Amino acid sequence: MFNVSLEHFLFLGAILFTIGILGIFLNKKNVIIVLMSIELILLSVNINFIAFSSFSGDLSGQIFAMLTLTVAAAEAAIGLAILVVFFRNLASISVEKISNLKG
Amino acid sequence: MFLYSISFYLFSSIAVLSALMVISAKNPVHSVLFLILCFVTSSGLFVLLGAEFLAMILVVVYVGAVAVLFLFVVMMLDINFVKLREGFLQYLPFGALLGIVLFTELGILFLTDKLSVMSLIEFSTYPIFSETENTKDLGSVLYTDYFYLFQLSGLILLVAMIGSIVLTLRERSGVKKQKISEQISVSNLNSIEKKKVKLGEGINV
Repeated sequence: MFNVSLEHFLFLGAILFTIGILGIFLNKKNVIIVLMSIELILLSVNINFIAFSSFSGDLSGQIFAMLTLTVAAAEAAIGLAILVVFFRNLASISVEKISNLKG
Repeated sequence: MFLYSISFYLFSSIAVLSALMVISAKNPVHSVLFLILCFVTSSGLFVLLGAEFLAMILVVVYVGAVAVLFLFVVMMLDINFVKLREGFLQYLPFGALLGIVLFTELGILFLTDKLSVMSLIEFSTYPIFSETENTKDLGSVLYTDYFYLFQLSGLILLVAMIGSIVLTLRERSGVKKQKISEQISVSNLNSIEKKKVKLGEGINV
């Protein structure tokens, strides 16, 4: 119990991943929370990468986690920009309203 | 080792609780603040794993940039946040079912015997050097073997920056603004000339 191993970190990553997925499902009216849930998912992936990197003694995992961090920052910036434009046009941030492209 | 375990359980429980608060808080500002707490505790976990540089990067990039960006957007948008909570309970059973299934699958995956650390070490191409610090090791690998990926991530950030500027830029009407291209392209055909006019003689145009 008190000996922290790789599985402990992987389970923490799994819990955070599940919470992120759950956040996407539960907050259908609020795109901001959905974006934050995506950030949580990416964080859990990073935890997994770094746990594997640390326990297997390989630096590649940390490099990849850094690249994931970059992509996550870019994704947050673009997502929030789209959100601002969307709010300007429709005065709402509900996911259900995003159906302009539906034929 | 005991202190290590205690800090692991402390950090991970705080991270999980704050992640739960992120998705269930009534006020989005509170969710952003809980997201910041989650990232800070995760950076503590990264320190426990021996990745100090990434822990600091996580604090700088996420707490310093991304979370503040979220906070700005939440505060700029004028939304009735009570209405946004509608439908939370409606989707709860399905979401909880999906979450339980997903977590069980991941748990079964991690508990299998195939996953042992010893089998991973054989495939290690960039071993962690124990003599130097983490940042130096990362730099020696990142700027040599992963140089193209490093440049590519810079390109991704550039594209993201330009994209978000282009998306949010808009022309407002009725605002006095300096237009440099019009100022430069002025010719003497459509400009005014100052002349002295003598009394009673007039002037030829």
